[in-house]
Amino acid sequence: MRSPKLLRHAWTVASKDLLVEFRSRTAILSVAVFVVLVFVVFQFGHDPTAVSNVDLAPSILWVTFTFAAILAMNRAFQLELENQALDGLLLAPIERSSIYLGKLIANLVLVAGVELIGVPLLALFFNVRVLPYLGPLLALIALATIGFVAVGTLFSAMTTRTRFADLLLPVLLLPFMIPPLSWAVLATGRLLAGRPLSEIVGWLNMLAVYDIVFVTLAVFLFPATVNE
Amino acid sequence: MLLAEALRHSFGAVRALDDVSFGLQPGQTLAVFGPNGAGKTTLLKVLAGLIRPQRGRAQVDGGRRAIGWIGHQPQLYGQLTVRENLRFWASLYDVPESEFLLRKDSLLVRLGLQDHEHRRVSELSRGLVQRAAIARALIHDPRVLLLDEPFTGLDRMAAEELRELLSEDAAEGRASVLVTHNVDEGAELATHIAFMRAGRFAHFAPRAGRGPQQVSEDYRNAIA
Repeated sequence: MRSPKLLRHAWTVASKDLLVEFRSRTAILSVAVFVVLVFVVFQFGHDPTAVSNVDLAPSILWVTFTFAAILAMNRAFQLELENQALDGLLLAPIERSSIYLGKLIANLVLVAGVELIGVPLLALFFNVRVLPYLGPLLALIALATIGFVAVGTLFSAMTTRTRFADLLLPVLLLPFMIPPLSWAVLATGRLLAGRPLSEIVGWLNMLAVYDIVFVTLAVFLFPATVNE
Repeated sequence: MLLAEALRHSFGAVRALDDVSFGLQPGQTLAVFGPNGAGKTTLLKVLAGLIRPQRGRAQVDGGRRAIGWIGHQPQLYGQLTVRENLRFWASLYDVPESEFLLRKDSLLVRLGLQDHEHRRVSELSRGLVQRAAIARALIHDPRVLLLDEPFTGLDRMAAEELRELLSEDAAEGRASVLVTHNVDEGAELATHIAFMRAGRFAHFAPRAGRGPQQVSEDYRNAIA
């Protein structure tokens, strides 16, 4: 009986966050502009005769997604500080984990939106072929994103009531982001270079394990992070 | 219905609650007066379960589901309409759709918000926002209301309407704890009066027919 309620409350929180974001467009617009800006700057700034586009594209793709995700995650709990809505959420007779899961779902939808813009732009600006590897590439992006957004959403809850939330989140998040990001960059490089899928299966497995471990940990740790 | 037993809580060296005890029955209203920093909001947060006291216990029959909170911050989302906000909070309290519609319509009429149902909260005046916050707090029909400086920012007429609403609710059996630093604002609503200083109840007694002026004088004597 607990799980359906947990998921229903999580969805209630997530759909509210997405509706607020849809109305204000605060995070998605700034993040989308940031993504386009990074691609433009790198496109004009690098010498393709020194480093090939296929070699450069994975790093740029993941740097862009990472910063875009941090911008979006910073906003997740700041929204709840407006009019002290966080106290209302904590007072509601719901599992506190459902607040975390709701925020995680909303953050994933936002970051996925940015990634759906980013992948075609990458193909356009860097002239790399993504269509032949689209399925595995999307699976890779999804697995890597779930991992670092799960950790980032937890840290966002921890830092949001501090004076330096914008600074603390990336600092705390960095050590936890390095493993999934490095695996994602390496696997993306192999994919875009047209190497066989068997070469990235190991990284996909590690990303899946990372996701399971950190989503589970975050669900259990979240209630402690919001207690006064 | 509501019981506080020997509550103690400190923030570092500052003792916010020091041996606070009281009980309330249905229909009773406790008004807690005290200067800033006396521990009033901490008391409410402990009663609501937002802070776990270091000693003592607070118990509300029905748990968190039975509590409604009205503070000086409305706990509403500016980008959502009044209706969307009410629906969101009702969903978290598992209010069935049919009950939600009935309660929402009744509250909006009662609070004079029926013409503002589809307006975003960010577009409303301070007084209307506070009314919407009251609707939010009552949408799940709580048996206990916790009120933290609820008159802050309200004009005289809106404050009078809030007092009327709280009186009606008390008559229907809802218990309330109201904290404020302004003695003139809550005395008439109360069945019980407490004066709080440095985390302690310096005075706790039934109002027993005392008017705001008498309560004000008692407050000055107790706190001075």
